[in-house]
Amino acid sequence: MWKKILINFWRTLRRPSVHYSLGFLVIGGFIAGVIFWGGFNTALELTNTETFCISCHEMRDNSYEELKATVHFSNRSGVRATCPDCHVPHNWTDKLARKMQASRELWGTIFGTINTREKFQAQRRSLAEHEWVRLKANDSLECRNCHHFDYMDFTLQNTRAEEQHSTSLASGEKTCIDCHKGIAHELPDMRGVEGW
Amino acid sequence: MKNLILVIISLSLLFLSFTLTAQADEIATLRDATAISEQEKPNAIPKIVNTDILQARNYPMQPPLIPHKIRNYQIDLEVNKCLSCHSRSRTQDSQAPMVSVTHFMDRDGNFLAEVSPRRYFCNQCHVPQADIMPLVGNTFKDMHTLMKERVNDMRMP
Repeated sequence: MWKKILINFWRTLRRPSVHYSLGFLVIGGFIAGVIFWGGFNTALELTNTETFCISCHEMRDNSYEELKATVHFSNRSGVRATCPDCHVPHNWTDKLARKMQASRELWGTIFGTINTREKFQAQRRSLAEHEWVRLKANDSLECRNCHHFDYMDFTLQNTRAEEQHSTSLASGEKTCIDCHKGIAHELPDMRGVEGW
Repeated sequence: MKNLILVIISLSLLFLSFTLTAQADEIATLRDATAISEQEKPNAIPKIVNTDILQARNYPMQPPLIPHKIRNYQIDLEVNKCLSCHSRSRTQDSQAPMVSVTHFMDRDGNFLAEVSPRRYFCNQCHVPQADIMPLVGNTFKDMHTLMKERVNDMRMP
């Protein structure tokens, strides 16, 4: 039966249009395409906002609550990072790939994988490790979207920071996440993590 | 007779409570005698000293002061951020001073392999310093100063 349906569908596709003019099809197709593409991107951007992220109580009660106390939420100049600034790649293809991965989180929220604080704490190490691996692999790209190495003034940093940044970071031997773990959320049990 | 005793006791209690409240009013606290219902204009929050320069201790047993910021340093069941630099195994990389060996002792004086649980919460004793004049005067002199003064006193009677 499926074969028959597919064959019919293919025949319809191959047949020239009988009722509609070429102009209508081309212009109509173009407009429909614009609407589809615009709609798709709007919807995508809608899922890329903090309000969307914290509409799930897992995020609102755990990750977001912890972020509030950090310098990435409240600071002297009022520039702040929202969830997607750090957790979603800005590059379009990477973003789409990440969004597809995130569909697993929908599954999680439907079936309550992390619906209590205790479950979240139990999962924290593996959740954190995912992010560390991701940021290590892309050389802390999401950090560098705001923190540009080229424009860091070492003379304004304190001695300890200047020493680390001018050697390990400058040589590319280390990347941001190697040292700056747990800057926006609480840390998990760090036993066995390099540098702890 | 019984009544008289009762009256005396209650009178003395009343008097005591009056003197206590009177005293409470006189003590100038950090609130500068602002009524509890009023909001005093708060002072600016001072900056934390972040020089990374070791400060001398005022007496030998003083817990060393922290010469850097510790905002959001996590010290809990999961991790101890301080120990990520100051633990024995991390000091070579971090070049930070190691936690004192006394911190490896349990209360019976046995040395453990790691920092003893009772010494785990660093900021129970170790504190950073704010860049501010002391709110309360202090005439503390350390032993060396006292001894020097005494020697000088003996030389010039």
